[in-house]
Amino acid sequence: MTALPPRGTTRRELLKLSPTLLLGAFAVPAWRDPLLERGVTWSDRASALLFREAHPAPTFAAAELTPLERFPYNGFAPPDIDLAQWRLQVRGAVTRPGDYDLAAVRALPRQVQNTRHVCVEGWDVVGRFGGARLGDFLAAIGADADARVLTVACADGYYESLDIETARHPQSLLCYEMYDRPLDAGHGAPLRLSLPTKLGYKHAKYLTTLEVGFVRPARHGYWSDQGYSWYAGL
Amino acid sequence: MPDSELAAPAARIPLAPRPIYEHPWAVRAAHWVNAVTVTVMTLSGLQIFNAFPSFGDKVPQEDLITAVPRAITIGGWLGGALQWHFTFMWIFMGAAVLYVVFQGVSGHYRTVLFTRHDLPRVWPMVRHYLLFGPKPPATMQYNGLQKLAYTSALTFGATSLLTGLVMYKPAQFSSLGLVFGGYHGARLVHFLAMCGLLSFIPGHLLMVALHGWDNFRSMVTGWKHRPDYPPPAA
Repeated sequence: MTALPPRGTTRRELLKLSPTLLLGAFAVPAWRDPLLERGVTWSDRASALLFREAHPAPTFAAAELTPLERFPYNGFAPPDIDLAQWRLQVRGAVTRPGDYDLAAVRALPRQVQNTRHVCVEGWDVVGRFGGARLGDFLAAIGADADARVLTVACADGYYESLDIETARHPQSLLCYEMYDRPLDAGHGAPLRLSLPTKLGYKHAKYLTTLEVGFVRPARHGYWSDQGYSWYAGL
Repeated sequence: MPDSELAAPAARIPLAPRPIYEHPWAVRAAHWVNAVTVTVMTLSGLQIFNAFPSFGDKVPQEDLITAVPRAITIGGWLGGALQWHFTFMWIFMGAAVLYVVFQGVSGHYRTVLFTRHDLPRVWPMVRHYLLFGPKPPATMQYNGLQKLAYTSALTFGATSLLTGLVMYKPAQFSSLGLVFGGYHGARLVHFLAMCGLLSFIPGHLLMVALHGWDNFRSMVTGWKHRPDYPPPAA
């Protein structure tokens, strides 16, 4: 003879398990993409909560640096830029908009740091980056205190935007030097972002425009518009 | 009624094994959610690995494999796979928290947690399965080998979660990262934890197949109708 569990328990136990069937929603083609989009948005929100404004990304000794020649360019062909004519166009919610030359950026206190550059693909290198603190530049151009988003455009058509908290992080740089030398063409001459608390694709090269704003632009990043996380915080 | 009248029939009829409620709802829910989640995390993880299939330097890049076959990936490309990974990591984490809290509070973890007392019970089971030795009598829900396997699988799962956190937020969790050798080390340990977890699955499925319907059903309804071990002392 077969012993049976007490009457009615099997049905009750199956009911207790039924919420797990919600996972089946991911198998419905029409629901899949919206659900995954929600997942990434949720992750970005959690990432913003985890971000600590004063917490520094790890820094490294000179001996731990990846040699410059082994620091990947990982980009497309560099755009043609006449460095003598180059200006950074500043606009948006700032009291001093206009065209800034490299000397204006260099005039700000110079900060040099050995930080890890993490690529979304999974590799990482430790590089030496020098430049002006992005926060100092935002102060210099009179960025609105209530601004939320910083948007940049690049000479090669690349574009990015980031949250103002990260822009004001003490390690976020308007970078004009790598390994104590002016940026070369492959690394984004004359000016790029270096953001040790963000994935590499946020570190836009060949900056031409910098805009301070209150909402995330419709096109919020070259890669995030194709499906990568926008926040991309480390 | 005199006692003898109640006791008499019981002495004559052979005792049918009494059903045992062996898997509480939280354990079953975590089990089935993770069956889906571990699959999704593995397939999307392999697609992510495909973007940089190496643990060495980016320059020069030495790939361990030329390409992960498409059939064992999900997401189509790095960005798509990251969406799956960053969505299901929350479900994986949710199942982990549910499981750990439930097992801890209920004390049910004692059925599954491998301790030093289980050590001498491992070899007799291995001898039984691999060398056709005698089958050790079942004295509890899980034998020593099962406890070792389940505890290892749980440890691999916890390791993949922690190393995943380090890779996701190497700057915010830089201290935790030191445990695994930083971002780079965490990536390697994350991969090895996946290998460990996957190595558990074939043996698990084989045992489920060998032990039949009653055993499988108990992971669905919680009840084992014909347990081969005595009921736990209540």
